[in-house]
Amino acid sequence: MGANSEESRKARYQFGYRRRPEQDRAVPARHPVVIVGAGPVGLTAAIDLAQRGVPVVVLDDADRIGEGSRAICFSKHTLEIMDRLGLGERLVEKGVTWQLGKVFLGNDLVYSFDLQPEPGHKMPAFINLQQYYLESYLVERAAELDAVDLRWANRVAGVERRNDGVRVTIATPDGDYQLDAEWLVACDGARSTVRELLGLGFTGLTFEERFLIADVKMAADYPTERWFWFDPPFHSGQSALLHRQPDDVWRIDLQLGADADPEEETKPARVLPRLQRMLGERKFELEWVSIYRFDCRRLERFVHGRVIFAGDSAHQVSPFGARGANSGVEDAENLAWKLALVLFGTAPASLLDSYEIERGQAADENIAHSTRSTDFIAPRSSHARVLRDAALKLAPFAPFARRMVNSGRLSTPSAYDTPLSTPDRETFAGDARLGLAVPDAPMIGSDGRPCFLLERLSDGFEVLYVKDGAAPAPPAGVKLTVIGEDLEDASGLFAHRYDASPGAAYVLRPDRHLCARMRMFDRTEVARAVARAMGNRS
Amino acid sequence: MKLVTESRFANPDAAYERLVDAHRGLDERESRALDARLVLILANHIGDLELLEEAIRIAQRTGAPPGGG
Repeated sequence: MGANSEESRKARYQFGYRRRPEQDRAVPARHPVVIVGAGPVGLTAAIDLAQRGVPVVVLDDADRIGEGSRAICFSKHTLEIMDRLGLGERLVEKGVTWQLGKVFLGNDLVYSFDLQPEPGHKMPAFINLQQYYLESYLVERAAELDAVDLRWANRVAGVERRNDGVRVTIATPDGDYQLDAEWLVACDGARSTVRELLGLGFTGLTFEERFLIADVKMAADYPTERWFWFDPPFHSGQSALLHRQPDDVWRIDLQLGADADPEEETKPARVLPRLQRMLGERKFELEWVSIYRFDCRRLERFVHGRVIFAGDSAHQVSPFGARGANSGVEDAENLAWKLALVLFGTAPASLLDSYEIERGQAADENIAHSTRSTDFIAPRSSHARVLRDAALKLAPFAPFARRMVNSGRLSTPSAYDTPLSTPDRETFAGDARLGLAVPDAPMIGSDGRPCFLLERLSDGFEVLYVKDGAAPAPPAGVKLTVIGEDLEDASGLFAHRYDASPGAAYVLRPDRHLCARMRMFDRTEVARAVARAMGNRS
Repeated sequence: MKLVTESRFANPDAAYERLVDAHRGLDERESRALDARLVLILANHIGDLELLEEAIRIAQRTGAPPGGG
C-alpha cells in the first residue's frame, strides 16, 4: 500500500526512546531473537516467543503508533491467536463484530454472504478494529512480559550475516550501537529495511488503479455489514466499500481509476464532495484519508540463513480479503513455536524449513485470492471488464454467476500441505482437516462450567483423546485432554466437527494445527507424529 | 433436461481467472474472435438446441447496456 510511513504520521500513541546500558558496551550484547518492527506481526511474534520462554528484543524506527486505521478486518483465526496471547476478549469487546456482507450493482443487491452461519465458536468470523487499537493493546501486553524488551526510535541501519547469527547496527537519537542476534526476524513491513539491506528481490504485480481510502466519523444507522458496490449511483463506473469501525468511524474505499492524481485527490476540496455524494445529508468528519495503489508480490524465500521474514516484508497483497495483517499474524504464530523449539535445542534448525513451506503456500494462496479480487474489482483490460460486467448482470438471474462475483474473498486460515503432518490412514469427515487450524467447539469443563475448547488448550503439543475406558498415557512432553472427562461435549458439536468416535485421538501442534489423527489412540503413533511435527523425521 | 444455472465449478474463481487469462495480449478483434470460438465449442458440448435457446434467452434478458443498472 502506498500509505504514509510511520514517521510522517501524527501520533495516536507516543512512546519514549530510552537509552539501554548495553548501548555503551564495547562488545555487542548477544540476544537469542531480535525482531525488527513493532507492528501487529512483530509484536505477535514477540509476545508468542516470550510466552514460550524466549527473551526477545523488538526494534522500531518510530516512537509512536500513527493515526489512520489501516488494517481494520481481523479474522476469527487471528482472534483465536490473540486469545492465546491474552488479548482476544479485549479485541472483541472493543471491535465491531460482523459476519454479513452485501454486494450491490448500482442500487440492486446481487449477492450476500454470511461468514459464520453456525454458532459454537468463541470468536466471531470477523471484527473491525482500527490497527492502532490492536497495536496499542499488543504494546500493553508486551509491557507485562519481562521477556519482551521493546525499543522505540531504534532504527536498523546495518545487517551483517554471520554463520551463527546476525550483527545488527542500530541508529538511535544517542548515535549508533550494535547487537548480535542468533535469529533476526524482519517484520518491518512492505518497504522492509532489512530486505533492502540484504538486497533481496521483491517481485510481483502492481495494479495501476488508484483507490481513495477514508475514515469518516459520523452517527449513521447503517447496519453492521460489509457493503460493496459495483457502479454505485453515487460513484458512477467505479466501485465503493462501506464498513463500520468502533467509535462511529466508518471506512470508505472509493475506486478512482488509473489516472487519479494522488496529491489532488487527498485535498478536502476533492474528497468531501465525493463523500457527500455517497453519504447525502449526513454530517460527517474526515478522520484520515489516503490514496493507494496495490501490489501483490513476495520474496522468493522467507528464510535467509539466520534472517527470517514475516508479514508484509515477506509478501504483500491488495486489501480486498483482509489478507495482509491476518496472514502476517499467522506467519508470526507459525514461526514462534518453531523458533522456540530450535532455540531450546528440542528441534533441529531444519524445522524452520517448514515455516518456509507452510507460510509460502499461504502467501501464494493469499496473493492468488487478492489478485483475483483486484482483477474483478478493477479489470486490467477491456475484455476483462466486459466479462466482469457480464458476471454482474447475470448474477441476479443465475446462481453460478453470483459465485463468480468477487469483491474480496475474506481471509481464512490455510490448510498446510506439509511434511510435518502424518497422513491420515483412516477417513475422517467433519470440519477438522489435516494441516488446518482445529475448529473450536463449546464444551463443559470438569468444573461444570461452560467454556470453549480452544481456550482450554495448552501452548504445546496436545492430544485430544475421545474417552473410551481409562485414559491412556501420552508420550513424554505431550498433554492429553480427554473429551468426555476433562471436557464434556454436551452440544455434540465437537463430535460433529472432528468426526469423533470413542478412542479417537487428534494430535495438535503448538499452533493448534492438526498434524495427525487416528481412530484408535496408539502411543507409539502419537510419539512418531509429534517427532515428525518437530522436524525429527526418522 | 433443463439448463443448469447453479454453480458447478468446485473453484469458480479459478475458472473465471482462466477465462480472463485466455484473452491476455489479444486486441479487441482477436478477443471477440476467441470468445466466438469458445461459444461454438461450448454450445456443441451442450449439444441440445432447447438448452441453447434457453441460454440465449437468459443472456438476452440480462443484456441491458452496461452502467444502466
